[in-house]
Amino acid sequence: MGQWIIDNAWIIPALPLFSFILVGLFLRPLNEKLAAGVATTSIGLAWVASLLLAFHYFGAEAKPTIIAWSVEWLKFQEGMTVNFGVLIDPIAAMMLVVVTTVSFLVHFYSLSYMHGDSGYGRFFTYLNLFTFSMLGLVVAPNLFQTYFFWELVGVSSFLLISFYYEKPAAVAASKKAFIVTRFADLGFFIGILVLGYFGYQISSQVQTGHQPLDFAFLTHPDVLKAFAALHTTGGTSLLSVAMILVFMGAAGKSAMFPLHIWLPDAMEGPTPVSALIHAATMVVAGVYLVARLFPVFATVPVTLEIIAAIGLFTSAFAAIIACTQDDIKRVLAFSTLSQLGYMMFSLGLATMEEPLGYTAAMFHLFTHAFFKALLFLGAGSIIHAVHSNDVWEMGGLKKKMPVTHITFAIAVLAIAGIWPFAGFFSKDEILATALHGGHTVHFVGGLLVAGCTAFYMARIYFLSFWGKARTDKASHAHESSWVMLLPLCFLAVLAMTTGFVPFTELVKIGPLAHEGIDMSVAIPGTLAAVIGLSLSAWMYSGSFTTSEKVAGGLGQFYVAIKNKFYVDEFYQFITHKVIFRFIAQPIAWFDRNVVDGGVNLTGTVMRGWSSAMTRFQTGQLQTYLLWFLAGTVAVSVLLWKFLGI
Amino acid sequence: MLFQIIILSLFLFSLGLYGLLTRRSSVGLFIAVELMLNSGIINFIAFNRYLAPTQVDGQVMGIFAMALAAAEVLVGMAILVMLFRLRKNVDVVGMNTLKH
Repeated sequence: MGQWIIDNAWIIPALPLFSFILVGLFLRPLNEKLAAGVATTSIGLAWVASLLLAFHYFGAEAKPTIIAWSVEWLKFQEGMTVNFGVLIDPIAAMMLVVVTTVSFLVHFYSLSYMHGDSGYGRFFTYLNLFTFSMLGLVVAPNLFQTYFFWELVGVSSFLLISFYYEKPAAVAASKKAFIVTRFADLGFFIGILVLGYFGYQISSQVQTGHQPLDFAFLTHPDVLKAFAALHTTGGTSLLSVAMILVFMGAAGKSAMFPLHIWLPDAMEGPTPVSALIHAATMVVAGVYLVARLFPVFATVPVTLEIIAAIGLFTSAFAAIIACTQDDIKRVLAFSTLSQLGYMMFSLGLATMEEPLGYTAAMFHLFTHAFFKALLFLGAGSIIHAVHSNDVWEMGGLKKKMPVTHITFAIAVLAIAGIWPFAGFFSKDEILATALHGGHTVHFVGGLLVAGCTAFYMARIYFLSFWGKARTDKASHAHESSWVMLLPLCFLAVLAMTTGFVPFTELVKIGPLAHEGIDMSVAIPGTLAAVIGLSLSAWMYSGSFTTSEKVAGGLGQFYVAIKNKFYVDEFYQFITHKVIFRFIAQPIAWFDRNVVDGGVNLTGTVMRGWSSAMTRFQTGQLQTYLLWFLAGTVAVSVLLWKFLGI
Repeated sequence: MLFQIIILSLFLFSLGLYGLLTRRSSVGLFIAVELMLNSGIINFIAFNRYLAPTQVDGQVMGIFAMALAAAEVLVGMAILVMLFRLRKNVDVVGMNTLKH
């Protein structure tokens, strides 16, 4: 059974694809309940298949990279073929489990959460499409297929953010997400073209038996050696240029600064979507891509330094903003940004000689997916009960929603990094990478971010569950249905246990020097988390005078943080005041006056000409005859005069 | 002798053309067209007789033209009869509906 599922791994992405077509085209118009049921069941089957695959794959002693299935897709020319296939390696198998688990739980949760919505069937259709795209992306064996599914997840994300398309905010958010990620993908695409062009040249010299865009080709040591020898006319390494372009795509998808602006706005989508796409799976695609191409990045260390710097900056930047936001989903969104930055800088600190950062990033991706999905689904449960996103309109939900309360608390402890919850283990690995690699800045920065994370997560926890109900709606809140609570409980169990998965043995790219819990990292890490948590408890569990005093004391700085450091306003300025006025408006003028004017001129001339010509059409037979006669005489005279006939 | 015959043919053709341009009755137009046709047939026969007397191609062509003209007149007259029934006249000036 286990070997069979590895040989036929294509069925894992195929299941959501078939159910997407079946549900979207045939079942949805008939019966929305049935459509939702079929969609959820198919993801459930894919989940079981992924678990079987993972158990079998990780159970074996050797963990080779397997091309489980492959067909020729596009043949550009001899030696430049793009295959469509399924690649199984440790990170792909891990991601298959993450995606299908979270996707299934979100589907199940949505059965109740989206109940009564006019777009019930449509929602599940899109969720299926997303799951298919994400699974296709995870198992892609070459960059071209990655790009294909990369765009498909972008489309699914667009469709789901604008799910409530009557809301102008949702429409604006979906457009923003699409434009920002598309802009980033432009860089990714150029990077792929550069890699493909030079990869093709290298493939004629280096025999690997793979196609130029295959990951197996790109990460081949001989190919990397040949790549590293290439330089641009300016003297910079060609590979570093290509990989920075590829990282631009990854930064767009994973919402790294300064391309992070779309993710907080993407919270306009339904909460289960935020849990699935904008927390657990799609946004980690960028991290996954960097991990997938890690040997290539490691060949040009400067790109890894850039990744580490951007990762740490995003992490700190988002964590600071998250401390001041009032929308519970936005806090979670900034927290996602912050954690993605954590993963990125961990990857950036890894090297081929000491790849602990690689394992740590994947570990954090793995644990983060579960506890962040739990946080979002818990937030969804609260929003479902209170009908508001604002934490100041909640409060006192501890007694009214006990299951949501406990699971949310577990998630908060997990993300804060308290032993024995999952976040502790993965965060510990990342901090260990920074400490043992001698990156003091990253270690201290990581600790501060960890403290900050604990602070703002505890803040929304205390504000929503403790104290007194601050609005009528909050005082009349009820616990959600068991369909919503079951995924919460399941994820809570995962958030408590996934830390004990022997990840360092399962997913690694080389031998690890440091394994297990190191007290010199675990103690400061836990201390940072405890300080953050207790500070938050002191400021937010009772009265809020302290928090107001702190906010007042920070003055203008607090206002800047509250306004997300005016990054959105900066973009607004660039796009509206600079691009629109100095580029778009002249182009629009040119289009309206010159291009349209030319078209109109042609029309006017032809119309005048034809109205002049219609004068000749009298309907009088004898007039026509006269013209005919005159013509004949004229032609005769011409022939006689000039040709002498 | 050829010259006189060509003058006759030219006279007939011009007469037909004049009639075609000036007559208002469709029947008159028909007669004028027949005159022009006949001038052409006379040319065929005259050139055949004086330029290639051993061959009969021109005369055969003349007979063909006459037969075709007869057939054409038949169809044309039938149309005219139908038009007359419809409009109660055959005035060519009034027949301008194809303009639109």
